Amino acid sequence: MFGLNKKDTSLLLIVIVLTLFAPFILNPFPTGSGLAQFNAGYPDLMQRFAIFGIFAVGFNILFGLTGYLSFGHAAFLGVGSYSAVWMFKLLSMNVLPAIILSVIIAGLFALVIGYISLRRSGIYFSILTLAFAQMSFSLAYSVLTPITNGETGLQLTLDDPRVLGVTSTADGSIPVTNLFGIEMRSTYNLAVGPWDFQFNMGYYLCALVLIAAFYLSIRIFRSPFGMMLRAVKSNQQRMNYTGLNSKPYTLAAFVISGMYAGLAGGLMASMDPLAGAERMQWTASGEVVLMTILGGAGTLIGPVLGAGFIKYFENIFSKINDNILHSWFSFMPDGLEDFVVFLVHPFIGKGWHLTLGILFMLVVVFLPGGLVEGGQRIAGWVRGKKKPDAHQSETNPAE
Amino acid sequence: MGILEVKNVGKRFGGLQALSDVNLSVRENSVHAIIGPNGAGKSTLLNCLVGKLIPDTGSVMFDGQSVLGRQPYEINQMGISRVFQTPEIFGDLSVLENMMIPCLAKRDGSFELNAIASVMRQTDILETAEKMLLEMNMADKRHMNAASLSRGDKRRLEIGMCLSQEPRLLLLDEPTAGMARADTNNTIDLLKQISDERNITIAIIEHDMHVVFSLANRITVLAQGKPLVEDDPQNIRGNPKVREAYLGESA
Repeated sequence: MFGLNKKDTSLLLIVIVLTLFAPFILNPFPTGSGLAQFNAGYPDLMQRFAIFGIFAVGFNILFGLTGYLSFGHAAFLGVGSYSAVWMFKLLSMNVLPAIILSVIIAGLFALVIGYISLRRSGIYFSILTLAFAQMSFSLAYSVLTPITNGETGLQLTLDDPRVLGVTSTADGSIPVTNLFGIEMRSTYNLAVGPWDFQFNMGYYLCALVLIAAFYLSIRIFRSPFGMMLRAVKSNQQRMNYTGLNSKPYTLAAFVISGMYAGLAGGLMASMDPLAGAERMQWTASGEVVLMTILGGAGTLIGPVLGAGFIKYFENIFSKINDNILHSWFSFMPDGLEDFVVFLVHPFIGKGWHLTLGILFMLVVVFLPGGLVEGGQRIAGWVRGKKKPDAHQSETNPAE
Repeated sequence: MGILEVKNVGKRFGGLQALSDVNLSVRENSVHAIIGPNGAGKSTLLNCLVGKLIPDTGSVMFDGQSVLGRQPYEINQMGISRVFQTPEIFGDLSVLENMMIPCLAKRDGSFELNAIASVMRQTDILETAEKMLLEMNMADKRHMNAASLSRGDKRRLEIGMCLSQEPRLLLLDEPTAGMARADTNNTIDLLKQISDERNITIAIIEHDMHVVFSLANRITVLAQGKPLVEDDPQNIRGNPKVREAYLGESA
């Protein structure tokens, strides 16, 4: 189906089902119950799942296939966000032109940075991309204030021109982002018994874009171009002596993944029309590297899982505080309860990074293929085999 | 006029004159061996032919066109394929994929942004690759990871990858170095078969006299960066200058 083989079609269907039914899947606990805090099915977070999924899927085209580790991909995300907000300021609040412009601008930006950075490989390439991203961050933060509005961040105002839209609404407020009139923030609440499911327009736009982006990435992975990118990772010497110029291949991969990042940035601004320099900071670039490796670099679905996993941790784990812990362990005797809470305390709330770090180390050491490899091993055990033998070539573990 | 004409090529690395005034003419459809003791400049010469090094002086003409200043991939596209001393293959890819890449390079050129079409539906490419796998006796290994092949199989795969591009000149850099006797003989047989059945010129750099005299019908002897003689094998065997410079040590 869709020009894909059976295995890829089922992967695509899994992603379609996961994204379209996310409001149900992520909301398994009734509101008001003790476990409701583990629900992630609210629009804001679901949008982030999808947007960072797109970001990681694009990053994986570069890192997973060619092995070139870019440490500056957040710069493209930031550029995409700024472009989109400028479109909202100057043209209209329709998200479509904004997203298109963010993809184009991020692509051009990636072309320039990629052209220079790809003159080196390995660690030097990573450092060059990191340097470019940090330069972009600093420029956005200070020098380019007329364009980026510096540390305040670029926001919409009541006197923006918006030539195809309105400067302000009838009641004197800033208009909201929409897709041909459908507001991104509009949400339909479905109450089923004690459950409350939220269906948000913005999320569904992100989800559709994620599905399209994921489908495109499958096509790229399975194309002659994708095979050449894997050849770049495997043996550039052989490639050059086989009549293939590896440079335009890596540059094309870099630009494509930069455009994915721009798309994510544009969507981010479409959900919440502001853009700040911190989106370009190196921590943001590092995050997408973590997502891809945690999920499984070079696998198709890995980056989507990794992005969901990390964003869930960031938003849910960080909200657990000592009071919640005390209520969980209240069945224990007093002294013991305090002791357990004391032990767990560093790993929750603001300490969620610690938990994530430990998990990341465990995955890298024991599951070099990321969560996808974990899933394959479990599937292998279930089928009673020792090792999964399903197409090793399609799921090259990260090295 | 040979298919490959090397004229007055010189190359200096700092204080070392690696090559000086090297002349070489490789006739079409011949098997031409370049031999010489260690440090004679064989590998430097080869690197000058494939674009890895640019000689300081002289010219290298392939089929009437200069190769100097061209990138290795451009020289390959002109019709020269190179087999390395240690097999260079795509270790992370399957054997079949290894075989498809040179076919794609032959069909689509050095760069093609073919990012949407499915690679497994390129029937012409698959057909050529499968045919070459059969010819190399590796069809049953097509789904294996190339890195897990034995040394001998890696060599066969690499030679097959080069041949699938139908090059006019095949360059081999000590193709039997470090091989067991049986593997060496297999490689000799394979190369013989290739040269008999195909319209191809083979230039081979080799250390092993057994390999050289089993295959070559023309030999150039290099010593200290200079060509000593270029002649037919039977004359090389008896040539006193060659004996002195090279065979003398081992004979």
